[in-house]
Amino acid sequence: MRFLLVEDNSELSASVAARLRLDGHAVDAALTLADAEECLAVATYDLILLDIMLPDGDGRDFLARHRRAERETPVIVMTARSSVSDRVDALDTGADDYITKPFDFAELEARCRAVLRRRGGAAQTARQFADVSFDPLAATLVVQGEARDLRSREVRLMELLLGAQGRIMSKEHLVDRLFSFSEPVSDNAIEVYVGRLRKKLQGSRARIETVRGLGYRLIEAG
Amino acid sequence: MAVSLRVRLIWQLLALAAVLALGLYLAVRIGAERASEATLDAVLGAAAQGMAEEMRSEEGGVVIDVPPGTFSMLAAMGEERIFYRVDVGGMTVTGYGDLPLPAVPPTALAPVFYSVPFRDADVRVAAVARSIRLDGVATKALVLLGQTREGQDQIAERLGNRAAALGLAVFLVAIPLSLLVARGLTRPIDRLAEAVGRRGPRDLRPVRHPAPAELQPFVGALNTFIGRLRGTLSQTETFIAEAAHHIRTPLAVMRNDAELALRHSGEEMTRARLRGLIRSADDAARSAGQLLDHATVLYRADQAERAPLDLAQLTRAVADRLAPAAEMKDIDLRLTIEAPLPAEGDAVLVEAALRNIIDNAIKYSDADSLVEIIARAAGGKAEITVADRGRGLSGLTHDRLKRRFLRGANVGDVAGSGLGLTIVEEATTAMGGQFTLSPREGGGTCAILSLPLSLS
Repeated sequence: MRFLLVEDNSELSASVAARLRLDGHAVDAALTLADAEECLAVATYDLILLDIMLPDGDGRDFLARHRRAERETPVIVMTARSSVSDRVDALDTGADDYITKPFDFAELEARCRAVLRRRGGAAQTARQFADVSFDPLAATLVVQGEARDLRSREVRLMELLLGAQGRIMSKEHLVDRLFSFSEPVSDNAIEVYVGRLRKKLQGSRARIETVRGLGYRLIEAG
Repeated sequence: MAVSLRVRLIWQLLALAAVLALGLYLAVRIGAERASEATLDAVLGAAAQGMAEEMRSEEGGVVIDVPPGTFSMLAAMGEERIFYRVDVGGMTVTGYGDLPLPAVPPTALAPVFYSVPFRDADVRVAAVARSIRLDGVATKALVLLGQTREGQDQIAERLGNRAAALGLAVFLVAIPLSLLVARGLTRPIDRLAEAVGRRGPRDLRPVRHPAPAELQPFVGALNTFIGRLRGTLSQTETFIAEAAHHIRTPLAVMRNDAELALRHSGEEMTRARLRGLIRSADDAARSAGQLLDHATVLYRADQAERAPLDLAQLTRAVADRLAPAAEMKDIDLRLTIEAPLPAEGDAVLVEAALRNIIDNAIKYSDADSLVEIIARAAGGKAEITVADRGRGLSGLTHDRLKRRFLRGANVGDVAGSGLGLTIVEEATTAMGGQFTLSPREGGGTCAILSLPLSLS
């Protein structure tokens, strides 16, 4: 997906952009509202991540202009404020959602998915692996013409394994990505989700292989 | 409180009316007495003068022909007794020799009047002097004519009664008049007071109501204070927002970088440290958020802003908002919402309460579980139930959990500030509602938020 990130704190902007790029997204970073307007003039984005307090204006005014111009790109407001009226404000001016800094990237991804799902999906999101079609937005796997619904963590696990492109993902990495850091996780939690995803993949040529002592990888059975 | 202006004004106007009525009574009474006395004196004086003029000397004596008109004129004044005395050359020649003489002897024909007690009555006397030629010698003659004034006293009494009636009437008329005047005078004040009183506690616009010149200084002072309060409040809000911004942005950088480092690091020791760092950042962010929320709720609870709102819609919005957080743990939120649930209150407070309740339910529930959210009307109240299959209350009572910074014994592994339930409790109380937390049958917790519904 292609993101426009509007955030004036350059450190935060760099780290959010790096994090999104790591997940394979394209990110254009704008430090001011003027930069953002320039980016929007030359490119189309799947999602805009917008800070509220910017050096050359209020993000909400930008949002209002954006909506008046009838641009359809969904906007998620990143706010550092936490007062409730601000949140209501942001949604009233046409933001699709908001997320409070600091945020968990898994939560940001979940919110992006929810927004895109509500908007009827940007572009084609289904990805192909072996004989399986995987649509993270719709949360479905299509195996031999049969659509199978996935739970949220199964979607994320599938995305992680697909993103690794055949490399081994260690258990620890998967735990870090799948669970919130403030949540207790049992040792066999990952095995539970791998087991579930294997069940959903049954009948296809896609396999989740256990590499003893190292982790898991997604392979295509010969 | 000081006596009301209107009451003071009424009392003062009535006192003024009483003084006026008394003055009127006295003026009428004294004036009438003076007028009747002057009339009677004129008649008495004329009679005395007539007698004096008719006096003439004859051989060896003085002759007085009292003209018949004189006494009939006096008789016309009522049943009065008449006394006279004629002195010639210092000797009483006729009449009552003991009728007292005037203090100042009269000169020429101008009569002198005086009142003296005589024969058990108050007698008004007119004294006239003239000189008379007696045996060729000019001798001074003095004519005194006295008359009782019983009839006049009766007239005076009647007049006095009328004057009193007049005074009373004036006073009685003054009562409604002073009420009217007082009301008319205090009306601008009442209107201004009403206009100020009608304003909501959050209404910080300056008072623009027309006020009489005398009240302008007060309205001016009020507007100055309102302006200052508005300035202070917006400064506080800006300060809170700025503080949040300055705390959260570096926390976000820290958290993101830690997460990035975690992705790149393969060493288990470093990874454990990074996880701890992320947890701490989350804790700090959460605590900052809850403290600000708490401050917002306390501040708004004082303001008690009331606006119509639909609790059904609000519950749905809060649940939708938290759905991605639930989804991350594969927790389903099942909504059973009866619509609409009209209520009156501050949406911000309700939102804060609902968000904390649902957030708690998600936080303390295991993955793959179900959180039920039911909003319905029950006995004139809106009842919003949030039931989870989480770890429950571990035997702690609701009352203890509501306390600030107190957390359950079974939640050490979950980030939290211990302020959530305090926020819920304070927001609910400010809305005139009730919040209960109880163990759910079959495991978990059942939180019920009960808020009054609008009557219409």
